[in-house]
Amino acid sequence: MPEAKLAREVILARIRSSNPPENDEMRLIQEWMGIPRPFRKKGSLAAEDRLDLFEDRLRDYGGGIHHASSEIELPQVIASAIAARGKRKMVVPPEFPQTWLPPGVEILKDQQLSYAVLDECNGVITGCTLAIAWTGTIVLQGGPREGRRALTLVPDYHVCIVRADQIVELVPEALEKLRSFGTRPITFFSGPSATSDIEMTRIKGVHGPRVLDAIILG
Amino acid sequence: MNISLFITCYNDTLFPETGMAVVHVLERLGHTVDFPRAQTCCGQMHYNSGYQNEALPLMRKFVETFRDAEAVCIPSGSCVAMMREQYPKMAATTGERKLVQDVEKLLPRIYEFTELLVNKLGIDDVGAFYPHRVTYHASCHSLRGLHIGDIPLRLLRNVRGMELVELPEWDQCCGFGGTFAIKNAQTSAAMLADKMKNILSTGAEVCTAGDNSCLMHIFGGMHRQQANVKTVHIAEILASTEDTSTEKVSARDASSERALMQKGGGA
Amino acid sequence: MTVRIGWSATAPDFQDAAKVSLENAQLRRNVKYATDVIRAKRAKVVNEVPDWEQLCQAGSAIKAHTLRHLDCYLLQFEENLTRAGGHVHWARDADEANQIIRGLIEQYGGKEIIKVKTMTSDEVQLNRDLEAHQITPYETDLADLILQLSQDKPSHIVVPALHKNRFEVRELFKEKMKLPDLGDQPTDLTDAARRYLRQKFLSVKIGFSGANFAVAETGSLVVVESEGNGRMCLTLPDVLISLVGIEKIVPTFQDLEVFLQLLPRSATGERMNPYTSMWTGVAPGDGPQAVHVVLLDNGRTEVHADPIGRQTLHCIRCAACLNACPVYRQTGGHAYGSVYQGPIGAIVTPQLQSMEHSQSLPYASSLCGACYEVCPVKINIPEVLIHLRGKVVREKRKHLGGKLDPENLGMQAMSYIFADAKRLEAAQRMARFGQWPFVHKDMISKLPGMLGGWTQARDLRPIPRQSFRQWWRKRERKPNA
Repeated sequence: MPEAKLAREVILARIRSSNPPENDEMRLIQEWMGIPRPFRKKGSLAAEDRLDLFEDRLRDYGGGIHHASSEIELPQVIASAIAARGKRKMVVPPEFPQTWLPPGVEILKDQQLSYAVLDECNGVITGCTLAIAWTGTIVLQGGPREGRRALTLVPDYHVCIVRADQIVELVPEALEKLRSFGTRPITFFSGPSATSDIEMTRIKGVHGPRVLDAIILG
Repeated sequence: MNISLFITCYNDTLFPETGMAVVHVLERLGHTVDFPRAQTCCGQMHYNSGYQNEALPLMRKFVETFRDAEAVCIPSGSCVAMMREQYPKMAATTGERKLVQDVEKLLPRIYEFTELLVNKLGIDDVGAFYPHRVTYHASCHSLRGLHIGDIPLRLLRNVRGMELVELPEWDQCCGFGGTFAIKNAQTSAAMLADKMKNILSTGAEVCTAGDNSCLMHIFGGMHRQQANVKTVHIAEILASTEDTSTEKVSARDASSERALMQKGGGA
Repeated sequence: MTVRIGWSATAPDFQDAAKVSLENAQLRRNVKYATDVIRAKRAKVVNEVPDWEQLCQAGSAIKAHTLRHLDCYLLQFEENLTRAGGHVHWARDADEANQIIRGLIEQYGGKEIIKVKTMTSDEVQLNRDLEAHQITPYETDLADLILQLSQDKPSHIVVPALHKNRFEVRELFKEKMKLPDLGDQPTDLTDAARRYLRQKFLSVKIGFSGANFAVAETGSLVVVESEGNGRMCLTLPDVLISLVGIEKIVPTFQDLEVFLQLLPRSATGERMNPYTSMWTGVAPGDGPQAVHVVLLDNGRTEVHADPIGRQTLHCIRCAACLNACPVYRQTGGHAYGSVYQGPIGAIVTPQLQSMEHSQSLPYASSLCGACYEVCPVKINIPEVLIHLRGKVVREKRKHLGGKLDPENLGMQAMSYIFADAKRLEAAQRMARFGQWPFVHKDMISKLPGMLGGWTQARDLRPIPRQSFRQWWRKRERKPNA
């Protein structure tokens, strides 16, 4: 037996020697389903309170928050958020809606741009897959308005548009939704990049985007 | 109620005054105390140090001695925690059904001293009088093993004449840990130093607890530092009354209590 | 078979290493400060979760279930990851893992790799192996970078440079990054790290990671991090290699609903860590197009085989037990002589090595139970510590020297004495008599032999003249005395 195959067989045999010998997949699934999960699976907050909670938690991490009541208002809100940060050159995913583009900002569409080009952009504008109020988390899953992962990683500033109806209350609700969206890479982010490595204190801004503005739409 | 006292090996040998106090309190409350002579040790030291085989006969002996007790009173949180956590597992390893059942039947009748008073006898005021400033150290085994909560504090709050002060970082281990205090003497001493600093910061004259093992450790450090804080088991505080206090205000200071004992007096 | 857990095979005993740490006042201040901060943060964010206990119970149950069917779930993981374009490798021990990883790096023609914090790679000492073969590993986690630049060892599972404060980090960065004017504000230090690593992130072709979770149902890996260095390593290189302990498996994607709540609150006291990445093999047009996962045993199947020790494999490496441990809080992590420190380290390290090394670690605990109290997956660490002490004793007694060890003889003698109340009483009398040479002014301040440990810092009251049982006997004779 070749070495590689041997290692696999040896490890599995060792595990099996201390586990009851039963490989019935039905029983496995039944046992898994029998694991008690008496924690909160569904949120109980009204939409407004959920939104408040999300904003409150995100603010706690040092993320900026802006509001656009409709898609018509959106480009202007994005533009003023970017202007307030003193940024000018922004990149967007290839399928970013034309109607969302902010006026007065230099826009670059990501067509597999090199990292060096991404690095030269001031920031990135994207949508998101969903958001979690309880933890102040935004989730990306490579959707058409989110783009590939490098896009939201290399530029130092991230403007993220979150539709109010994308916000779920709890972590379990988020995972249930994500599971149905397939296996594209997923990124959870909760505020800007940070570290707790020095004296256990959360310090904003290391390698990921150091500035985050969330724009709540709706 | 007829209460059987399991004094524990180290209280028997090193802290007889604690046992005496337990007897006083229970009798004062109108109960009969019985002391089965065959008792020795619960086996905790052996078990926790890795000598599990040696602990087994001690468990058997305990079960045999107290099998028929109506209630067993033990003035040591850590011995009770040992029994509740380990005895069922120890019995199971023997594969003896009888032993497993005996342990199962006996355990619900085992009480740490303050648990017995509050949970079993329903009393949180034992009519004690103790005119001193006192701080309470929650032993880890009472706190996390027995989940004793505020039971000892409820009893202490009802002691007349006493000023009870909260100990900062009250949930931190004092560093005793049985053989840990010897095997890792330096680390244990460092933990003790923090505990002493907290006790001294309260300005208490007396530090009390439900475990003489912690108190022996704390006393040892205090005495070495020549700090003027006494360590007194909670049973001794609860045994103290206005009658005893005139002659024993200072006698509750354990060293003069001891002097009495060594002259062969005591009770 | 070479199960290797970092350098622990040659590390000094805990009690000796602890002495050194206890004398380092700066280190103790740093550790105390940091653990106080994190304990307060954790308590705050755990207390705000109404269903925390239920989450912990579910976390523990999922882990126990997974371990009962670990073979099935590993195979599921392999099948699903392979289907998603990834490659799975199996490593029995540290050397095999290093060989596989080095082979892959050479296959892709790499001379350097960028690494996101990986405890398993410290465990197998990957960096040492790569450097010996002229491959440069760049640590990109801030704490790991600090350790790499200072050639120091990790002292904490989540925050490996916890023993250093910001002023010490500034001095290090000033020298190694050639930044003479560097300030000491935390943001000055993070800026410096950003600039130092930026080009590496954008140019190195091979990334390396561990995983916090491996999802059997989908073949996905999950990395939980803060700085974004993880995202950089997982996203920008062409090739990604991940070294994953076999116990990191969770059955389904849905199970993450429990662990993604337990881990950040327990580890850094945050409602959610800044970044969590999940990936499933290769995603066309997004991230590395060659994805390899090395599944590591290195002693885990041995732990798995022990019914009491097995719960150790529940660990999600949150380090809450370190922060809560009164021993760790005094000594810091270096005294444990392992890449895994604190209470969990004290049970992981010796068990992975079949109890052949680190035998002092199970004794590095006062059994206060603070670790068990905070463990989000309910590992009864005191129970395992006591179990391992039993193994150490049994092993020791196999040899004559161990049988004649004073502790063993003492324990045997005590066992004999406690077997019978009369013997106990006789022993009490003997001890009362035998103690007098050591008693001065009604106090014992110096004891010989093993017991000398006690009197190093503490006095001891002599045994009183009368035991309780003597008093009781007298009282029975004279009921009104």
